[in-house]
Amino acid sequence: MLAAGILGSTASSLNWAGRSGAGAVVTKSFGLNPNKGYANPTTVEVTGGVINAIGLSNPGVENFKCELEKLNKSVPAIASLYGANPEEFSEIATRVEDYVDALELNVSCPHAMGGCGSAIGQDPELTREIVKSVKKSVDIPVFVKLTPNVTDIVEIARSAADAGADALTMINSLGPGMRIDIETGNPILNNKFGGLSGPAVKPIAIRCIFEVYDSIDIPLIGVGGIRNYEDVIEFLYAGASCIQIGTSIMYDGMDIFGKILTGLERFMDDKGYDSINEMVGIAHK
Amino acid sequence: MQVPKVVEIKRIEEESPTVKTFIFDWKIEGEKPGQFMMVWNFKDEKPMSISFIDNVKNEIGISIRNVGVFTEQIHKLQIGDKLGLRGPYGRGFDTSGKKVLAVGGGIGMAPIVAYSEEASKMGVEVHIVSAASTMDELLFSDRIKKSGAKLLTCTDDGTHGFCGYGTDLAEKALSEEDYDMVVSCGPEIMMKKLFSMVEKYKIYSQFSLERYMKCGMGLCGQCCVDDEGWRVCVEGPVFWQDEIRMITEFGKYKRDSSGQKHKI
Repeated sequence: MLAAGILGSTASSLNWAGRSGAGAVVTKSFGLNPNKGYANPTTVEVTGGVINAIGLSNPGVENFKCELEKLNKSVPAIASLYGANPEEFSEIATRVEDYVDALELNVSCPHAMGGCGSAIGQDPELTREIVKSVKKSVDIPVFVKLTPNVTDIVEIARSAADAGADALTMINSLGPGMRIDIETGNPILNNKFGGLSGPAVKPIAIRCIFEVYDSIDIPLIGVGGIRNYEDVIEFLYAGASCIQIGTSIMYDGMDIFGKILTGLERFMDDKGYDSINEMVGIAHK
Repeated sequence: MQVPKVVEIKRIEEESPTVKTFIFDWKIEGEKPGQFMMVWNFKDEKPMSISFIDNVKNEIGISIRNVGVFTEQIHKLQIGDKLGLRGPYGRGFDTSGKKVLAVGGGIGMAPIVAYSEEASKMGVEVHIVSAASTMDELLFSDRIKKSGAKLLTCTDDGTHGFCGYGTDLAEKALSEEDYDMVVSCGPEIMMKKLFSMVEKYKIYSQFSLERYMKCGMGLCGQCCVDDEGWRVCVEGPVFWQDEIRMITEFGKYKRDSSGQKHKI
């Protein structure tokens, strides 16, 4: 899958990811109203990835529906939503239910404003209420994207699962982190802090998936720093049933989906696997 | 690494009452006309076309029209003041062709002058249509003449050269001469008209597009164009005409920083 927040703010870019081999696409997160996000610089590279503070920029749910209408549906589409409370999440969910195949609740953005993002995902009670409320409002599957920035990822995963989440996506970006220009002493990001993504976060994502797989019974979607098919296999072995690609598009462009599929198929042939399911959770033996 | 490199302003050229060129020491490693830099003034960061490349002295230049808060702040800077630069980004102009018509409108002349210098150096015969609102705003005329390119000027108010739009002068040039390539950068309305002309004349052509940018490195998707989804910061900003044909929003609309569409 194409991960939320990487391209994905237009139907065109989502369709492009689908054409390039993504098995499903997740939109960039959108909320109730248009949001410009933070001023630039919103992204800067660091060793092992990127830190970003885009600030959940989006045209608002009504404008975004015009994009969702243009999805060619060659692959399933998942809408990533953000809000500040159960009512807001449910309102947006209801408005887009007919346009997409599933929802992914973003309760984990580390640079969100106004009580959105990881402020929710670090609170098991609020997470439970939001998931419950959205599940009551829509009939399509609801995924919940979790933040790694918690003391106990299993606790928050259990809250979401108990509230009826159909799958959990792990992990959102880490931190936030910071980068300072040493010539001038200026923090580079306009927001000073931004979420860390890319290869550096992969070991943490693998650990989160591994821990949650042991105690929660719903499918897990792995995301965090995947650059090649070997990384995908690690996620599957840790317990993810499918994976998302984000930051690597900066390094490899849209070709990455095709490259990973080719490598994965070869690996499965060599090892004699007939399906991905046989590979899920192997590290737990 | 995609990180701003802080550099000092080495020279400032006053190109017109509203446009200045800022030149920096910069190790030139394949930077091409048509590519852009992300320019950081320690408050905000915006994409700016490369308007000057000297691979002997290792200098790079960007030309900025003073149109808003960001550009106003940069226009106040002096030699020795600092800015952050990262790049180069995107795909620049291809310099193939034997006889090329290059059409630049307003500040769109920035990559066109750099193109003119590089293409002329490679033996391409370049004719430039330089379009501006008025005589004082015609840009880079001395550099163009020095590059060996032929300069055709036009102004909306007729104070210099042809009186009328760049597209009118381009149409005249296209009907009189045999070009095997057209390159252009300028207001999209101008390029849209030029595009329909080159389709008629069946000439290879390249157009440099501008869209709102955030990351500049192909991640955020802010500058993706319909219907193919191409990123102006990576697949562009220069597109061939067969690609332009597939960019359905060309000349019609663009998106702002929140992603809402606005008519062009």
